[in-house]
Amino acid sequence: MNFKRAFTFPAMLLVLALFLAACSGDDGGEAEATSSSDAKTVKFMHLWPEGSSAQHHRVVNEIIADFEAEHEDIKIELEVLSNEQYKDKITVLSTSDELPDVGMTWAAGYMEPFVNGNKFAALDDVVEGELADDFVAGTLEAFTINDSVHGLPLELNISTIFYNKQIFDEYGLEEPETLDELNEIVATLNENGVNPIALGNRDAWTGSMWYMYLADRIAGDKDALTQAINREISFEDPALVKAAEEIQNLVDADSFISGFNGLADEEAKSMFMSEQAAMYLIATWDLPNFTTNEDVPQEFRDSVGYFKFPTVDGSGTTDSYVGGPGVGLFVAENSDVKEEAKTFASYFVQQWGEKAVTDVGVIPATKVDTDALDLPQMYVDVLDDLNAATNITLYADVQMSASAAQVHLDMIQALFGGEVTPEDFAKTHEETLSQE
Amino acid sequence: MNIMNKVMSNKWIIFLYTLPAILLIAVLILIPLFLSGYFGLMKWDGIGAMEFIGLDNYIVALQDAKFWQSAKHSFLLAIFSGLSLIGYLAVALILASKLKGTNLLRKIYLIPMLLSSVAIAQLWIKVYNPSNGMLNSILMSLGVDNPPAWLADNDLVLFAIFVPIIWQYAGFYILIYYAALKNIPESLIEAAKIDGASPLQIAMKIKIPLVMNVFKVTIVLSFVGSLKYFDLIYVMTGGGPNGASEVMASYMYKLAFSSYDFGYGSAIGFLLLIITLIVTIVVRRATANNEEIQY
Repeated sequence: MNFKRAFTFPAMLLVLALFLAACSGDDGGEAEATSSSDAKTVKFMHLWPEGSSAQHHRVVNEIIADFEAEHEDIKIELEVLSNEQYKDKITVLSTSDELPDVGMTWAAGYMEPFVNGNKFAALDDVVEGELADDFVAGTLEAFTINDSVHGLPLELNISTIFYNKQIFDEYGLEEPETLDELNEIVATLNENGVNPIALGNRDAWTGSMWYMYLADRIAGDKDALTQAINREISFEDPALVKAAEEIQNLVDADSFISGFNGLADEEAKSMFMSEQAAMYLIATWDLPNFTTNEDVPQEFRDSVGYFKFPTVDGSGTTDSYVGGPGVGLFVAENSDVKEEAKTFASYFVQQWGEKAVTDVGVIPATKVDTDALDLPQMYVDVLDDLNAATNITLYADVQMSASAAQVHLDMIQALFGGEVTPEDFAKTHEETLSQE
Repeated sequence: MNIMNKVMSNKWIIFLYTLPAILLIAVLILIPLFLSGYFGLMKWDGIGAMEFIGLDNYIVALQDAKFWQSAKHSFLLAIFSGLSLIGYLAVALILASKLKGTNLLRKIYLIPMLLSSVAIAQLWIKVYNPSNGMLNSILMSLGVDNPPAWLADNDLVLFAIFVPIIWQYAGFYILIYYAALKNIPESLIEAAKIDGASPLQIAMKIKIPLVMNVFKVTIVLSFVGSLKYFDLIYVMTGGGPNGASEVMASYMYKLAFSSYDFGYGSAIGFLLLIITLIVTIVVRRATANNEEIQY
């Protein structure tokens, strides 16, 4: 019996120890938090890792350092993830009510469930206070849901077709103004064995931009796509079907790099940047790669130009763009340090404006006086275009609700892959949108 | 031994010793499992409030063509992984024989197992790249004019991903078979040799029957593993283009995390569990041993 006891006792101890360890976990955490309570910690998550967005990353760190120097009682705890991982993590964190105090969000349809689920704090007081009149018209509206602002916009983007001037010169090509001219360029490049257009349609939002532009041009003055998403008109509108047809014409003419449906946007971009493809449609968040980013060879940066998306059969205007505000800052509703978080978010937006222009080379959503600044020519041109813009259509997948956006992106891949007819493409959209 | 028997005959002690493991499994697996079945009864975007809608999600799932397409892809993967086991057994038979160089080969086969799924995915994305990839470069140098864009072609993408998935687990199964084969007493094989059995006869009549039990276990393992497979699909294609490489787990993920339909995603997850359970039972029945082979 002694032997038996010798085994029972340690076994019980072991179980007890496990229990205690499990229970004490929380206590330990709290003790740590309270010990440093004199300096409040604001958790901040952003999506610009050092590797892929070096300049963004550096500027964020500068702003944080300045903020901490000015506010000694607030510490910023940083977490950085790349785009897709960031989206996943934010979802998980919000499900378990553990959102960072300050983080980044996309506008409109993307942030709607977060706002309706009461996860993002209303920021009307911040916007009406120190940030009043700072934002470019239209940007704040995209972050306004139920008549209240829930995000502070940081970026404003329009998309244009960037092209390689060296390749264009070599074959005597000029910037196209109509779709027909673009088709001729594609034909010439294909004859000479040059990939015409880089496209990474595994990230189907890139293909969606092509579709959106064609729809915008063909529909002319009316913003057919936005109207269809808002249920003002049917998605089976002739312009939206015709745009789908034009996509398949482009695909049939081998306009895009081979295997685009299996390539990520990053892969397509690297083909354009290694001069393996002549053109690339992307938004202005990539401007630094074509202007100021020192990691990209100067020779390549000098050879990049851009042109506005061409008109189709005389319809549409080149001053209408696909684009809109990119990410904005949210403050978590259930944050323990909400006031400090708001202070930081507001400070960040104010600092970001000018630094985004001078140090990062992207277009901020806040007004910046650029006259006094020494800026790359391409950047100045884009700003001028933006000022002359007659219309900016917000990305379709951001406008739509998450589940409709998923259908849209799948359908874009199917359309480019030639799996659906333009009619069925429109019909599936119509069915999905009308169900909501 | 005496002490051991005494300890093991006390039910309380058995209970105590297994308790930590049971607790861990309950907290990490069983409870979430029932929770996902429960969430499947809800209309829930994962962020806001839940709304009870009964079996609606499950009924929709059973009529969802995309779900059944992804289920078909999962079953195809299960069948291909099952078939690949035969190849692994053949390789293991060679490795377990006393040929020169098998030691080195055994290590080479193990390498894919040491790589993380994401690394393997990145590697094969590069291999399959339509214009700069290794595979198409080789094909073009062999005179193929228009090599396929492997991950973009709806008819090919699924099988293109099967290759690295099956390659990834080669080392694991070969190692299991190798260990089982090394367990066969040398005397049996010596005796067979003296009786004049050819190497093929030794393999077919002695070695394979003796590792059959292990083989049956690996069939179950590979089936279950294939049905709930996720990693490479997620990284390499995300289930695309337009669902051509979607499997059940990636479809579940897409619904919950991209479409913000956690209720429906949970229902799909629960169905995935039920399907996997049924298949496991069927496969175990089908491979149940009527007689234990011993020599």
